[in-house]
Amino acid sequence: MSIPVEPVTPELAPGAARAAHADAEALGMAETPARALWRAFRRDRLAMLGLYVLLASLVVALLGKLLTGFWVVFDPAAVRLPDKLLPPLSAASSAIGKDLLPPFHYYPFGTDELGRNVFARMLQGAFVSLSVGIVAVGISLVIGVTVGGLAGFYGQRKLGPISVDSLLMRFTDVVLCFPTFFLILTVVALLPPSIYNIMIVIGITSWMSTARFVRAECLALREQDFITAATALGLPPWRILFRHMIPNAMAPVLVSATINVAHAILTESALSFLGFGVRPPYATWGNILADGRSYIFDAPWLFLIPGAAILVVVLAFNLVGEGLRDALNPKLRKRVG
Amino acid sequence: MAAVNEGGGRLGAEGAPPLLSIRELRVEFATDAGPVPAVRGVDLQLAAGETVALVGESGSGKSVTAMSVMRLSEGRIAAGSIEFQGRDLASLPEAEMRSIRGGQIGMIFQDPMTSLNPVFTIGRQIEEVLVLHQRLSARAARTQALELLQRVGISAPASRIAQYAHELSGGMKQRVMLAMAIACRPRLLIADEPTTALDVTIQAQIIELLRSLQQEFGMAVLLITHDLGVVAHFAERVLVMYAGKIVEQGSVRDVFKRASHPYTQALLAALPDPLKPKKRLQAIPGRVPSPSMLPPGCAFCARCAFAFEPCAEQEPRLFEVGPQHSAACFLREGPEKSLSGSGEG
Repeated sequence: MSIPVEPVTPELAPGAARAAHADAEALGMAETPARALWRAFRRDRLAMLGLYVLLASLVVALLGKLLTGFWVVFDPAAVRLPDKLLPPLSAASSAIGKDLLPPFHYYPFGTDELGRNVFARMLQGAFVSLSVGIVAVGISLVIGVTVGGLAGFYGQRKLGPISVDSLLMRFTDVVLCFPTFFLILTVVALLPPSIYNIMIVIGITSWMSTARFVRAECLALREQDFITAATALGLPPWRILFRHMIPNAMAPVLVSATINVAHAILTESALSFLGFGVRPPYATWGNILADGRSYIFDAPWLFLIPGAAILVVVLAFNLVGEGLRDALNPKLRKRVG
Repeated sequence: MAAVNEGGGRLGAEGAPPLLSIRELRVEFATDAGPVPAVRGVDLQLAAGETVALVGESGSGKSVTAMSVMRLSEGRIAAGSIEFQGRDLASLPEAEMRSIRGGQIGMIFQDPMTSLNPVFTIGRQIEEVLVLHQRLSARAARTQALELLQRVGISAPASRIAQYAHELSGGMKQRVMLAMAIACRPRLLIADEPTTALDVTIQAQIIELLRSLQQEFGMAVLLITHDLGVVAHFAERVLVMYAGKIVEQGSVRDVFKRASHPYTQALLAALPDPLKPKKRLQAIPGRVPSPSMLPPGCAFCARCAFAFEPCAEQEPRLFEVGPQHSAACFLREGPEKSLSGSGEG
């Protein structure tokens, strides 16, 4: 009896191992929604290019903040009059004091009309541009998601003669009708010109599209079985709204937020260009561009460099936004099917 | 039979109040043309540990009745009371209602495919209920969730717990739904067509699981279904609903053997018989009347083969046709009681 058993065992083992492996694979394939999104996103070459550019500019911005803040030779406000309006890649002249010499004695992006190092100014501006864009969109997301979520979730509830939905969405429509840029100009002209005021003002004038997206998603989600099921489990309404509905409504919001960052960067640049932005000694891409305007033929790098930087970063955000949109769409279809 | 009758006798007769007692429930939906009743005076008693099936076609009001118990129906409870453990759910404040939902009354739904949140792992969804109702710590909730998954028959729960709904099959999702519904050991489980969206083989597994969970936890089950086979296997008592009213009620055995309402008889006749594959299935002629245009008399009158004078003008009340067995049909009124049993023809 023991003889036929022995050859069977080694035969069984690989089979069992294979089954176990298949099982582990089936279970191990546990793909989080984020991982599935990344897999779809990675296929889009342009979006990946945009993402690399974005990551690079984030690194540059952080690096810029550190370098310009703590290293005196990188001081973007240091005036070196003998070296004014030097083209990119020119060497520092011998007239510059030792403590003011730029790193490696070179000006990679040239100097402006006061002999300030454009490279250092661009680094400082990168941090301003990106932080304004990201913080402003963060503020607009908080407002937009809250307004849209409340309108979509409590929409039917009445406040006197009108429903919550009409109240919030008509308010959104009213804000949408404001000529946003002039509103920002007015507010910024009244407030002291600080980077924080600009973030807040851009934030509270750009939440409307987010609110509309979130409301539309929440209206659709309300009717979903899993929301009924969550209610049947006794979850309180705020938890259903913020934990179960809004995470499911984030797909279009993520796309519009990415593109909104690009918008916010443009708005900040435009404000600084017009002189309503960040106070002048502090460099931003917008005011470097504005300063360069007067030397457009003599020193074209003064507007070309910040202009190109704005273009590249805005384009990168838009590419990433488009890529996210494409990556999220088939997934939404798969989720329903 | 005796056991079933005793089960029925538990209701009130021995003094113990029923777990759930619905009286004269009327649920209306607001429409542009005024309120439309979906449930028109339903009485239902459910003892602790008992299984009662609510049977009827789509639109008969069975789901609305069940959803009204949870106060999840879009319709308004226009009249009647829903007493659960001595408290009227129809008038309970929303905050107290929330502690009953998921805590003392669990519910599972027809379509497990769409009843789980797609962006969270199943583990987090089970844990959420435990943390909310039982105030467990995150770690205790995880341990408990694992036990629950194991209990509802999910293999390799340790890996499944980190998976998302779309990675599970329909049967597994319904098991997860069950795990969530029973997580806080409810006294009552409402199962709203729990097997309708599943394969036949999976249906049997889920019903078996329901039965074993019921025995283990001693909970009452209110089963909403249109599948008479499931009723026969699982329920003790059955209530047949038609157009928002209960037309017949009794023990499963009585109702199936001696169907006394023409509608119940027609429902049973419409069941396919595997032993007579050539036999044409008997559909019930006509359609369920729209709840906004109900006839003044019996709602089944227009489709009934036995309709006579009073049917069109008067609504029949429930007439006793046997112990714990009644039917809302004038054929069963008084002396004509002898007609009962004609359903076997």
